[in-house]
This record gives sequence, structure tokens and C-alpha cells, in this order.
Amino acid sequence: MSKIHVTTTINGDPVEYLCDAEETLLDVLRDHLGLTGSKEGCGTGDCGACSVTVDGRLVCSCLMLGAEAAGREIGTIEGMAKGDQLHPLQRKFIEQAALQCGICTPGILVAAKSLLDHNPDPSEEETRYWLAGNLCRCTGYDKIIRAVLDAAKDMREAS
Amino acid sequence: MTRMAKVQIFGSLRAATDGKSEVEVDASTLRELLDGLADSYPGLRPQLDRGVSVAIDGRIYNDSWFIPIRDDSEVVLLARLKGG
Amino acid sequence: MALDSKTDTRPQQFKVVGTRPLRPDGIDKVTGRARFGADMSAPGMLVGLVLRSPHPHARIRSIDTSAAEALTGVHAVVTRADFAPPADPGVADVLDNCMAGDKALYDGHAVAAVAAISGKVARQALKLIKVDYQPLPHVTDVDAAMAPDAPALHEGRADETVPAGMSPNVMARHEFGHGDIDAGLSQADRVLERSYRTEATHQGYIEPHACLATMAPDGQADLWCCTQGHYMVRNTCAAILGIEQGQLRVTASEIGGGFGGKTTVFLEPVALKLSQKSGRPVKMVMSRAEVLRATGPTASSSIDVRIGMTRDGRITAGFAELRYQGGAYPGSPVDMGSMSAFAPYDLENVRTVGFDVVTNRPKQAAYRAPGAPMAAFAVESAIDELARGFGLDPLDVRLHNAAREGTKASYGPTYPAIGLEATLRTAKDHPHWSAPLGPNQGRGVACGFWFNFGGDTCVSLNITPDGTVTLSEGNPDIGGSRASMSMMAAEELGIPYDRVRTVIADTGSLGQNEVTDGSRVTFAVGLATIEAARAAKREMCKRAAQVWGIDEDAVIWEDGAARPAGPNAGQHPPMSLAEIAAIASNTGGPIAGHFEVNAEGAGVSFATHMVDTEVDPDTGAVKVLRYTVFQDAGKAVHPSYVEGQFQGGAVQGIGWALNEEYIYGEDGILQNPGFLDYRIPVASDLPMIDTVILEIPNPGHPYGVRGVGETSIVPPLAAVANSVSDAAGVRMTSLPISPPKLLAAIRSGGS
Repeated sequence: MSKIHVTTTINGDPVEYLCDAEETLLDVLRDHLGLTGSKEGCGTGDCGACSVTVDGRLVCSCLMLGAEAAGREIGTIEGMAKGDQLHPLQRKFIEQAALQCGICTPGILVAAKSLLDHNPDPSEEETRYWLAGNLCRCTGYDKIIRAVLDAAKDMREAS
Repeated sequence: MTRMAKVQIFGSLRAATDGKSEVEVDASTLRELLDGLADSYPGLRPQLDRGVSVAIDGRIYNDSWFIPIRDDSEVVLLARLKGG
Repeated sequence: MALDSKTDTRPQQFKVVGTRPLRPDGIDKVTGRARFGADMSAPGMLVGLVLRSPHPHARIRSIDTSAAEALTGVHAVVTRADFAPPADPGVADVLDNCMAGDKALYDGHAVAAVAAISGKVARQALKLIKVDYQPLPHVTDVDAAMAPDAPALHEGRADETVPAGMSPNVMARHEFGHGDIDAGLSQADRVLERSYRTEATHQGYIEPHACLATMAPDGQADLWCCTQGHYMVRNTCAAILGIEQGQLRVTASEIGGGFGGKTTVFLEPVALKLSQKSGRPVKMVMSRAEVLRATGPTASSSIDVRIGMTRDGRITAGFAELRYQGGAYPGSPVDMGSMSAFAPYDLENVRTVGFDVVTNRPKQAAYRAPGAPMAAFAVESAIDELARGFGLDPLDVRLHNAAREGTKASYGPTYPAIGLEATLRTAKDHPHWSAPLGPNQGRGVACGFWFNFGGDTCVSLNITPDGTVTLSEGNPDIGGSRASMSMMAAEELGIPYDRVRTVIADTGSLGQNEVTDGSRVTFAVGLATIEAARAAKREMCKRAAQVWGIDEDAVIWEDGAARPAGPNAGQHPPMSLAEIAAIASNTGGPIAGHFEVNAEGAGVSFATHMVDTEVDPDTGAVKVLRYTVFQDAGKAVHPSYVEGQFQGGAVQGIGWALNEEYIYGEDGILQNPGFLDYRIPVASDLPMIDTVILEIPNPGHPYGVRGVGETSIVPPLAAVANSVSDAAGVRMTSLPISPPKLLAAIRSGGS
């Protein structure tokens, strides 16, 4: 069976690729496009390490086929910083030690950004429930939640 | 010059030291201690070959042969410690 | 060697140590640039996959790989036949675990592997491998495995400590303690006898094992992998493949969690062999199901405890028999469990007996403080039950019996200065202890202990011509340790933190380094860093002395510069590190300091954890309301990362106590090899985890550092169980305390 030709937009850039029908978007990002920032932790949509946005919606890229990206706008961790300016969430995570090994960090940042895009003033409980789909084994989530709430505050004050 | 060091032996190894929980060995370093134990109590050899940790005056050593042992040092044999 | 015999004294006022600078790898990790195990590729790379046994126990009569080898796109197939028996018997079990020999010993045991041009072709190839299995009876429960008629995994492997007549699945018997248990129990006002059980759990690192191997026909090889110890990987793979250690260069990727589970090898020897056979680089990445089925979960345990206590709270005797199954090979950490079980207490009469048992499960690996959490669960639960039975405050009872400096530990040695009492007193004075509780809510406390280790360590500190410092060390950074090393180097050299860059060097650059485990990195790599910096300072003072034409002894290092000192030194303006670096070539050559040591004498650490939970009496669900960790760190080099270790370990313990377990069916197959049903804590399960760092300095480290990474997983199992037992009014003696179990216990009104 021949490969599928896909045209899409990733982090604002036009992208074309060929993929097998059964390849996931995560496989395509990592193996064909060199975008290894999204990680595979489980392959079954339970850990969130592969989180991306598709037309603004938070999605596990391991649960989506590469072919389904056609015509959509995909956002990955690689698009979060603008040039040499880190996103406030990225800065807060470093400042507040909200990462230890860092493997869950891309997924959590994409998910947190998606939260703040929808709700710029979440409570601690809302933040915890939004991020419940992103597993972290190192931090116990404490510093992550604090960093997200702090970044949200900074972003509200800046706007 | 060698000295007699007192070594505490843990429960499952006492079968090899005639039930004694403390034995004396001619030794002034860790290596001499382990060699001395193996010579005096051949039944300890299998465990010593598998590996032990040794606490000297409250500090734990795994492999350091030339750690000195004094007359009044407290020496305790322990199972080989590993971390994670 | 321990370091308190060195002449340099500890700096009294730290300038860098104790602050919270930004970690050097932070930007890479928040942008996705950091390269983990599966993020590397090589030209011409093949994909490797493993064929795994579907049977929990089976004889492998034959393996026919011909159809797989003939498939277009397949470049190599390996089985155990491709590995010569290793000369080093110490790696025999590791090899057998990486690739089964005559028997498949657990569901998921590797039996063959292929390397092909794509994952798709590799999966097709696996289906074409014909394995002729003869299924055998299996056993997965520790107590069932000890029964006389239990199916036996290995014949004749029990060591000399096992009494005659025990099941052949009993590999070893350990015993520790002192005094007279029966006499001690007879002095008690109450003797509690209880049995406890814990299930196997997995470290749950989010990054599956991954590696990229390139091995030439002559044995020269390169390996990229995620590991806690690339020197260990080098040495183990070299032994398994029969090559010299110097022929294999291993580079550690960034590591996405380890906690002890990545202190051994699973894929790496197989990937190297596939690469050698195919003549191409081979990349292997495990799926989550493979990680759970076929890497190294913890032991599961069955523990009987007998403790005697007087009505004023004095423990008169403590006894425990611990039975751990460590999967299909000997080596469960029942010895360390047996040594640590009563470690927090000053006991005249104490005895622990531990049995190491094999079952048809994957070979266990370390998980933070291996063997200790289960033992602490049993002992701390029993002490809690006795204390409450007498109407005594659980913290007071622990204080009453707490080990101190000079106490003979339950495992033998006399304790030097330790921090247990400090954690208990701090806990008692903390507002958490006196906060009010509502209906269906309960509070629990527990203590924990861990040994901590040192081990082989090399550090090389090099000064560049512009006066920046590069520190090469050999321990993968799993929690932010690069920042701490840079801080200690900066502290010693008297230069700003951001002038130091710490890198994790590959195995070609340094001789040998013990894995990142045993809470050893800040302790051992830290002291090597400090000593390497001191060596560099001595060299720089020598250079300044040359320039000034004075004696070396007349130069000291202070505030980042060489300064003349002493009566005949003369007046010379200080020379900064950068100024000396600039003239290094003129004064003898590049300046460096290095230090190699087998760092012994790490200090033990203690913790007390306090937790409030709320039980839903209709569903058995438990909510964790509040959690505080009190732990002795000796000296917190980077407090944010010390807090992170406390919090991470506590939450892993919460998961172990409430939700996580390996579930095996009657058929011996693992029923929950995925994150949906192997349920680790998520953000919405938890409150903030408060931390109190105590600092009782460890005399064996120049700055007083004690390891912190492991102790924090020891108390939570019991602390949570004690809290839930308080909230629900029933004593829970088996973990995890999952909702169906708790509900059943509440409804039956008993334990």
C-alpha cells in the first residue's frame, strides 16, 4: 500500500510529508519531521507526554493519525517560544523548578498553555483537573501547579 | 603490625561462626578483616564472595580495602547495600 | 575514603550553596530541544523489536527464525544462541533476563529480537518467528511460591543460608538483630501480631527504555541510551558481549525518570548484538506495555510482625519475618528491608528474618529505597496500632523510642549524629499536627530511614582560556544535579554560578562512575567536585606565586582570586581566576583539577511524614487532603531540588499506598500493563506537598550533604495507611488501599 501525502501547518509553517496509513501524528512528528519535543510515554493516550494542539484543541498526538493532520493547524512544544523569547509558562517552569527529569514537561507546557488560552484565571482545582491527563512521576505536581498559577497571574497583569 | 579487631556477625551468618555474634580477627584494615574472617570461618566464604558491606564506627564501606581498623573500632558486617 | 580527615574546613558562610539558581538544562527541557533516549537517529538506522513470551512459565523447545530472516527488509534476527555464555557469572542472570535461554520465566520474557528497515517490517517479522513452547505450571504469589509443592523456577540455586526442606523457590534467608525477643515480648503490656501484604509496583518513569546501538564486526561500539549509569551499561554490555570495556563508548542521553529502574540493562545488549549482526545502527524503544511487563518492578511482600509495647509507649521487642518475591531471579531487596525495618528505633530486643523468593514475574529492579518501604509499612502500621490502642500520641511514642547518636541500630552499627529526633520534634510543633479534622477524615504519621551510598566517582574540572569552568562528571542528571555541581564548584572557586558549566561526560572521558542511585550524586559527585576545585585552586595559586616570584605557600585563594598571604609575601594585587586562566599557557599549560574516589561514609537519613486523608464511606475512595514531609538533608545545596525530591518520593509512596499494583490473573498474565489500569497519581488526586528541610550536617561531606533522593519514599505507605485507618475506623493491612478493598473493609467493620 502506498504512502499518504499530507499537507498541513505546524507551528505556523507549511509542512508536507508522506506517511503510512497507520502512522500516528506523533510518529510523523518524531520520525519524519525531526520534531522530537513531543514524547511517547504510553502510546494509548493516558500520559499526555505527546500533547499537541490541533486547530486550538488539546489532543494526544498518539491518538491521532498522521493523515488526519491534513489541512489543520498543529501546535507543538517547538512553537511555544517566539524566537529567543520563552513563553511565560516556560520561564516560570525553569524559575520555579517545576521540572526534574523534564520528559513530561513539553506535554505539560502545551496543556497548560491550552488551559490559559481558554481560561486566563483558573483556580488551583481547575488547573489540577485540566492537567490530570498529563502524568509526571518526578515532581508530585506541586511546583508545576504553582508555576502555572504564577504564570497565569503574570500574563493577566501584562495584558 | 596487626591488631585484633572485634567484628559483629549478623544472624544468618552465625551458623558459620559457631553461633557467635561477635568474633575476633587479626586485622588492621578492611581487607585483612575480610580475608581473616574467610580463613578463620570458611563457612562465611560464600557470603563474603557474594559481597558484604561493613560498617566501621557507624560509617558504611563497600569495597575500600585499606580503610584502617583500630583496636576500639566498632565493626559490623552487613548485607551488601544497593540503592535505587 | 571519607573526607573529614582533609585539612580544608567547611566554609561557614555559603555564598552559592543554599541559593536557588536556574538549572543549566532548563531551556532545552522547556523547549523540547533536550534529547532523551528515543530522540536520536543515525543514518541507515534499523528499527529493533523484541518477541516476548506469552506464557508465564514455559520450556523453549526450539525457535525457528528462518521465515523472519527471509522477509524483505529484515537485516538481523537474534536469539540466545547468538550470545556466548559470559565469562563473568555475575551477569548470567542479566543476560538470561535480556534474552531467555531454555525457559521463558514470565509473561513478557524476551525470546528473540529482529532489526528491520521499519517498525512495520519488524512487527511482521516478529509474527514469522516460530517458537515451540512447552507451557509449565506457574506461580506468581510469594507465599504460594514458598509452599512445598509450588512450581519450581530453578533447581538448586538456593544459597547456603536456606534451611533444608524449603521450597526450591527460596533463594536466600537473611537474619539481623540482637537481644532476646521472647524475653522482650514478655515485658510488654500488649503484644501485637499482624500480617501485612504489599503488591508489586513499577517506578513508572514516563520515558520508556530506548537506545541506539552501533557495533562494528571488530567489536568497537557506540551506544546512546537513557540510563542512570552509562558506565554500568558499558561494563555490563561488555561482559555480556565478550568485548573489552574500552571498546564500547556509551553516551547517556537525558533521562526521563529512573528511580532505580534504569540501573540495569534490558534492551542494550540486544541492540548491540543486532547491530553487530546487521552491520547497521539499530534503534530500540520499548512500548509502555513492554516497560510494565518486562522491565524491573519492585518486589511484592508478605510480612508478619510481632511487637511488644508497654502502656507508656516503650517498645520492648520487635520481630518481623519478611517474605519478598523478586521475580524470576534471586536478589530481591529483602535483606535491605530486613535491615531497615526497625532502623528508626532504639531497641534492646529486635530481630528480622527475610526470605528471598522467586516467582514467574519480571526480574525486580530498585525503586528508590529498595526493600525499605514495604518493611516500614508493616512496622510503622503496627506501632501506630499499638500507640492508638493505648491512647498515646503516635509522635510521642516514636520520640520515646527514637534512635539517637550512640544508639545501636537494629541492623548493628552505632549511629553517629542523625536527624530522626529533629524531624519528629519539628513535626510535633508544626501547625499540620494540630489542625482540626472533619468527619471521615484522619491523620497518620510514619518514620522512614535509608542508608545512602557513595561509590566510584570521577570529576574533571577544566578552566578555559577565558576563565570559564567546565566540569565533566559521569552521573546522568535525573533531578537537577548539574545545577548543584555547578553551585559547589562556584562556591569553592569563589566565582559566579553562571561561569561554571557541568556536562555529563561519556564513558570514554572518565574512568568509572557508579550509577546515579543510592542518593549518591550530590554527596559523592559533590565531594569530588569540591576536591577537584581545590586541586585547581592549588594549581592557580602556584601559577600566581610564579608570576609574583614568591613561595607557593605564601599564596592563598579567597573570593575568586589568588592573594599573597603571610609576612614575606609582599604587596601584589590579587589575580582573579580569569586573569590566571588568560596566562595559563605562559605559566605551564592549561589548568585543571581532577578527583577520583570511591566515596564511602555517606550519611544515613531519616524522615517523618504526616498526611491527612478523607474517606468516602460510600465508595471507598480516599482523597489526600494535606501532606507534609520532614526530612534531614544534611545541607541543602539547591533547596528547590531538595524539595522536589521530597515531593516526588512522597507522591510515589501515595500511589503505592492507594492505587498502584501489578495484577496477575490465575493464568499468570499481567492484566494491567498500561497507564490506564496501572494507575499512578495525577494532579487532581493531590494537594500541595509541603516540605520542611532539616539540616543536621553529615561529617563525611565537606558541606555536610546527606543524600535525599530515596528516603522520601519510605514513610508514605505507612503514613497514608495510618491516616486512612484513622479516617475509616478500620485497620488496613494490605496495599494498595484501593476503593473496593477499603469499601469491603468498612462494610465488614473489621480489618
